[in-house]
Amino acid sequence: MPSSVIEPKQKILRALEDQDTTVTFEDPLENEMVLNMGPQHPATHGVLRLLVRLDGETIVSAVPDLGYLHRGYEKIAENSTYHEFIPHTDRLDYLSPLANNVAYVLAVEKLAGIEAPPRAQYIRVICAELARLASHLVWIGTMAMDVGAVTVLLWGFREREKIQDIWDLLTGVRFTTSFTRIGGIAQDISDETLAAIRGFLDQFHTGLSECQNILIKNKIFIGRCEGVGYLSPADALAYGVTGPCLRASGIGHDLRRDEPYLVYPDLDFDVPVYDDGDTLARFYVRLQEIKESVKILRQALEKLPHGPVHASDPKKVLPRKERTYSRMEELIHDFMIVNFGINPPVGEIYHAIEGSKGELGFYLVSHGEGYPWRLKIRSPSFVNLQAMPVMLKGGMISDVVAVIGSVDPVMGEADK
Amino acid sequence: MTPDELRAQLTEKFGTLIESVTVYRGETTVVAAKTCIADLARFLRDDPACQFNSLRDVCGADYYRPGERYEVVYNLYSLPHKTRLRVKVRVGEDDLHVPTVSHVWAGANWAERETYDMFGIQFDGHPDLRRMYLPEEFEHYPLRKDFPLMGIPGSLPLPRK
Amino acid sequence: MAMNSASEGFLTTRLDEIIGWARRNSLWPMPMGISCCAIEMMAFAGPRYDVARFGSEAFRFSPRQCDLMIVAGTVTYKMSHVVRKIYDQMPDPKWVIAMGACTSTGGMYRSYSVVQGIDQFIPVDVYVAGCPPRPDNLLKGLMEVQKKIARGEKPGQAEKVYITETA
Repeated sequence: MPSSVIEPKQKILRALEDQDTTVTFEDPLENEMVLNMGPQHPATHGVLRLLVRLDGETIVSAVPDLGYLHRGYEKIAENSTYHEFIPHTDRLDYLSPLANNVAYVLAVEKLAGIEAPPRAQYIRVICAELARLASHLVWIGTMAMDVGAVTVLLWGFREREKIQDIWDLLTGVRFTTSFTRIGGIAQDISDETLAAIRGFLDQFHTGLSECQNILIKNKIFIGRCEGVGYLSPADALAYGVTGPCLRASGIGHDLRRDEPYLVYPDLDFDVPVYDDGDTLARFYVRLQEIKESVKILRQALEKLPHGPVHASDPKKVLPRKERTYSRMEELIHDFMIVNFGINPPVGEIYHAIEGSKGELGFYLVSHGEGYPWRLKIRSPSFVNLQAMPVMLKGGMISDVVAVIGSVDPVMGEADK
Repeated sequence: MTPDELRAQLTEKFGTLIESVTVYRGETTVVAAKTCIADLARFLRDDPACQFNSLRDVCGADYYRPGERYEVVYNLYSLPHKTRLRVKVRVGEDDLHVPTVSHVWAGANWAERETYDMFGIQFDGHPDLRRMYLPEEFEHYPLRKDFPLMGIPGSLPLPRK
Repeated sequence: MAMNSASEGFLTTRLDEIIGWARRNSLWPMPMGISCCAIEMMAFAGPRYDVARFGSEAFRFSPRQCDLMIVAGTVTYKMSHVVRKIYDQMPDPKWVIAMGACTSTGGMYRSYSVVQGIDQFIPVDVYVAGCPPRPDNLLKGLMEVQKKIARGEKPGQAEKVYITETA
């Protein structure tokens, strides 16, 4: 036989000798498949599309596909005045609309060099913490429902309805509030609202302990969540994860304490940190955060000072409506601010707050006009979703739902 | 470290590639040449006096000016020192390429994809540069100033009724 | 002798009425919950604004088992294909409620990626205004669909019923 045939034959024989001699052949039922957890899915918390490559039941890799709710916020911001954009910020993290209002208005005030009066700052803290409570109540309901405990959803919504009643009293709207204004808030908080908040806080612990007791000692819940979706601290830092996901991986970073804004330096609260880095740790962190928020709310209610709720900067802060209708100066200012904007000085800033999902930041560039030249929203859910494939790798397909529930993404802000 | 110390250290290491270090409203901004961004990123992350171990955001901005039209902005945070920094890189329209920093901070991966999706700036060395939000077939870059707010009719397909 | 058309009509109309009564009191919604309106839809199914008393508590997430699609949230061009696919998978007769301003007309998002109204690719029966509509507003929308079924109108083809914010 010619050498050109012997050579390869010997090569093959040698290779076969080196191999394990048990016979292996291509499995006709190929085990790897790509599963599409499509944008419409009961447990993906909105329109998140996850493409999961599976080997049997084990996840080899997962790729989130975003953009199904991309509404073009940043382009809209370039075409609206700073005040006009406030209602748009409600719809970012739509589970805690007041917190987004507060974040945006703080960023604009930093750019324009205005500071809101103390009473407005305390009321903003109350709004932000109520928003965090409301968001975490939906979170506990949906995470428990995804894992199997459907009742907790209804209990969570029962408590959330009480918070929405408070928002109704405070802002006039149940849900998308648009309550904060540049330089203060829209209107003062009344005694009736303060009494309603106190009443809610007094009875909240019974509702919360109901939800909590059904879950924390539950063998099924712990079995589904413990050890699932591990995120190491190094990975969390590398991906820029913030919020409860970071604090559940052992890194105690909370913007309310590390880079305080509003009146948080005057309030006393703890930041819960757990080391396990798994789904159960994220659950515990958020549960503790609910309790800390109640603490902060009680302190803010006690320390609420008297005073105005609008800063006094007539060229930038919208005047009060009753003065607009009766005085010439205020009418002119109202007209100019609404039609031409507040015209902050040329420059750029980045300001972030600790939202319920993590660091919600706004990067604003101003060219001196009434419209921002560039507004970039740093959304925590976007960044947390980037770390999700790391959490899912090596897990089972049924863990995907528990992990998504614990990361708690909101597609309104992830997709902007 | 203070902005002056930062400026001294950066100019010592990178020389004229650092164009300016400014402070506005308590925030430090470093403007650098785009060729050194990968090394600058690694230095900022690893140097013990800086330790900017968390990349919070990467975004682009279209200044619509002749010369270097775009900017890519990196917002950094240092957890040990609790300080922030902004690094900006100017990109001209004729050469829309910027080296990637996704090997320094893994979080830059998606943020750079989003910047590419919105502005069309290519990130050299990026492992997976494709569109983030809009469908792959979309041909325009929405956040550029010459793209209209209402979009271009027919650019995104709709299912038939 | 020709069949008495009145009596033949009487039997079929009685049957139609019974079927219509059964259909409208057990409308199983397919919640196409996309964004903020989805949270108000969850509240609409929640303990306070209970939708179970209307027979619609079975929120089956599979389109094959539903007859009412409540599109709740902004529909972008990328998402519109998904919504259409799911609408096509629903068996006839099917009704569509366009919940909120975004689905009715594009809402506050006049931008390049938002479809300015889902009736551009799906036939809609009832539009519920609001941003987001209160859950009791959505209940009124559901009741309008029920009235539409009671009147015997064909889904998607009759005159549209518009609801403005009541509360």
